[in-house]
Amino acid sequence: MSDFEPKIVAFVCNWCTYAGADLTGTSRIKYSPNVKIIRFPCTGRIDFMLLLKAFANGADGIIVSGCHPNDCHYTSGNFHAKRRWIMFRELMEFMGIDTNRITFSWVSAAEGAKWAEVVNTTSARIKELGPYVSYKELVNRSIEEEV
Amino acid sequence: MARIGVFICHCGENISATVDCAKVAETIGKLRHVVLSTEYKYMCSDPGQTLIKDAIKEYNLTGVVVSACSPRMHEPTFRRACAEAGLNPYMCEMANLREHCSWVHEKNDITTEKAIDIVRTQVEKVKLNYALQPIKVPVTRRALVIGGGIAGIQAALDIANTGHRVVMVERSPSIGGHMSQLSETFPTLDCSQCILTPRMVEVAQHPNITLYTYAEVESVEGFIGNFKVKIRKKAKSLDEKICTGCGLCTTKCPQKKIPNEFEQGMGNRPAIYIPFPQAVPNKPVIDRENCTYYIKGKCKVCEIVCPTKAIRFDQPDEILDLDIGAIVIATGFDVKHADFFPEYGYGKYKDVIDGLQFERLASASGPTSGAILRPSDGQVPKNIVFVACAGSRDPAKGIEYCSKICCMYTAKHAMLYKHKVHEGKAYIFYMDIRAAGKNYEEFVRRAIEEDHVEYVRGRISTIYEKNGKLIVKGADTLLGGQPVEVEADMVVLATAGVANSGAEELAQKLHVSYDSHKFFAEAHPKLKPVETNTAGIFLAGACQNPKDIPDSVSQASGAAVKVAGLFSQDELTREPLVAQVNRMAPPLYSTCVGCFLCQPVCPYQAIEREEFKARDGKLIKAVAKINEGLCQGCGTCVALCRSKSIDLHGYSNQQVYAEVMALLNEY
Repeated sequence: MSDFEPKIVAFVCNWCTYAGADLTGTSRIKYSPNVKIIRFPCTGRIDFMLLLKAFANGADGIIVSGCHPNDCHYTSGNFHAKRRWIMFRELMEFMGIDTNRITFSWVSAAEGAKWAEVVNTTSARIKELGPYVSYKELVNRSIEEEV
Repeated sequence: MARIGVFICHCGENISATVDCAKVAETIGKLRHVVLSTEYKYMCSDPGQTLIKDAIKEYNLTGVVVSACSPRMHEPTFRRACAEAGLNPYMCEMANLREHCSWVHEKNDITTEKAIDIVRTQVEKVKLNYALQPIKVPVTRRALVIGGGIAGIQAALDIANTGHRVVMVERSPSIGGHMSQLSETFPTLDCSQCILTPRMVEVAQHPNITLYTYAEVESVEGFIGNFKVKIRKKAKSLDEKICTGCGLCTTKCPQKKIPNEFEQGMGNRPAIYIPFPQAVPNKPVIDRENCTYYIKGKCKVCEIVCPTKAIRFDQPDEILDLDIGAIVIATGFDVKHADFFPEYGYGKYKDVIDGLQFERLASASGPTSGAILRPSDGQVPKNIVFVACAGSRDPAKGIEYCSKICCMYTAKHAMLYKHKVHEGKAYIFYMDIRAAGKNYEEFVRRAIEEDHVEYVRGRISTIYEKNGKLIVKGADTLLGGQPVEVEADMVVLATAGVANSGAEELAQKLHVSYDSHKFFAEAHPKLKPVETNTAGIFLAGACQNPKDIPDSVSQASGAAVKVAGLFSQDELTREPLVAQVNRMAPPLYSTCVGCFLCQPVCPYQAIEREEFKARDGKLIKAVAKINEGLCQGCGTCVALCRSKSIDLHGYSNQQVYAEVMALLNEY
């Protein structure tokens, strides 16, 4: 398991975390390469069904990150995302999804170092948890049953 | 049938040093619908852009993926290049290989694989892109300048002189800012007031400038060219039209013991006051927190003595609604309060003061009329110690950045002292002398060579009082850390420059980014130092980071040009990345079920109700409709919509799902 490289998808907003990750690059701060970013205008745009889609397609971990409270470029999108996450977390726990595999964080455009830290801690945690096969199996089984 | 072209940039060696670009190009070239996958050293250069333009025509491309730096950097560049070649600019996407991959990972196979994943994701996205047309919006040709310091003044005058209207809002009762508090300015030692006050007057008299002092920005809505701004004009308790500014009230006010902010607490002022003699506007305000009438319910001396009966005790705050096209933030800086270093004894010893207090002491209009006197006993200090970097460049206790202006103003302070106290001795404890600027190094040399200011390289460990003297203990690092002790009569701390109080709150009102020190963040550290991330909002002066006067003025003029450029257009184009509720043929009209849950989450009130009616006027269906002019494209409604009837151009459901799939699955 030591050479396990987890697949982690990061859903980030354009104005804070994406820019923060750009700053990590400009500052040449190295971080774990197994996180890949998908850009959204705002965390408020992130449909949490996408998280399930990602897990179903083999993601081992997920990061959702946007602007700090009150700093949202669109005033309130990050609050909607936060509220959605609180609701969704319970649903996911009910469904048997391990919510330890999801990191929800705020990283501002000025926090390049914080982005590296979020990535590295998430990556380390997911490495410890191992590949997320159980969700994929569950999806495959339900498809087979349908067939 | 999609025909995608992929262009992989080496960015010199910035990408190719860690990512095997040839391998990326080869792997991506095998993807379905990719008809061209090529690499080049500098895609953003003219030959690079020509390469893309030629390929669009030659291969009849329907989509382009430029795999280079962050889209925040060059997306407009490449979209423009595509448009020039006849491809709709929104058929171009960027894969961020530099900031998100090559710069942050080591050179190995994993990095190259990540690069392939990043490019593939954008290829799958661009296949689902569709042509979009920029949205045209009108522009209100009136600028708002927030802050009336030298940066705000310069920006306001420059904009006003291009013939456009300017509204200036200043929080305190007078414009002028910190510059009006300074005695002389480096590197020329010309009097600050002499160069500033004519400009203050010009602002007040300019036909294109409306000045609101003692006023603050209450809220800001809208977008570039079309901001709706609410200004709170705090009650001055005075009818400004009637008041002649004679100042009789200020001399008769019985409450005289309020620390004077303009004098940095080194003098007192009455409750009804004009901040300083050259104030613009030169009319008093009543400080309601300290006024006896507002506290105890009786006094009204000012009202009795006022020859024009201008006092209005019951005056309410006034809220003004303004249409604004562009905003310049020029809110300036503050000095860090010096009592965070208890070992320096600020606040404990009266003769330990900060830089701005020294400015007031040295100023002809200050509490001592320009004589350098100890605050404790009014004596002339024979030995004076200046401490540079009191808080700056000190990540442990202060702030990690360099406040930039202190080296110069400390040299200036020492010179001013020596010019007034010829027999006195001035010491400067410093870390490094940073005198980069036109005639700056020469100025420091003058302080050392002509005025014999003693520079001691080393930091202060402690300052304490002994027999009426301040004992300054430090080390001289040029002498191997040898302890140094100076018996001083007065100590001046060059405290760090920090973000203005209220900067964070203002940033949140304006929806602009700010850094961890609460300074406003520029859109790009090098190429967009004047712009913020929010279109139509610009920065001037020390609200961005500590700056000296020449830099603040230059940036203010830069911001003014940006505003003038904006106002030179008849209408502005906006990114068409807005939400849309689907429409279908009757009898369905839309999959929207008309729950209107999207309405309360929209921060811009952009969601309207559209009704479809039968010929007899009977309502068939009511569905949501997005007002394109108001929508800013956050997409909160898209994620919320239960029937998935809303989609966001540029970030459609199909596109983002395709991205997730592409990122995780190899094709």
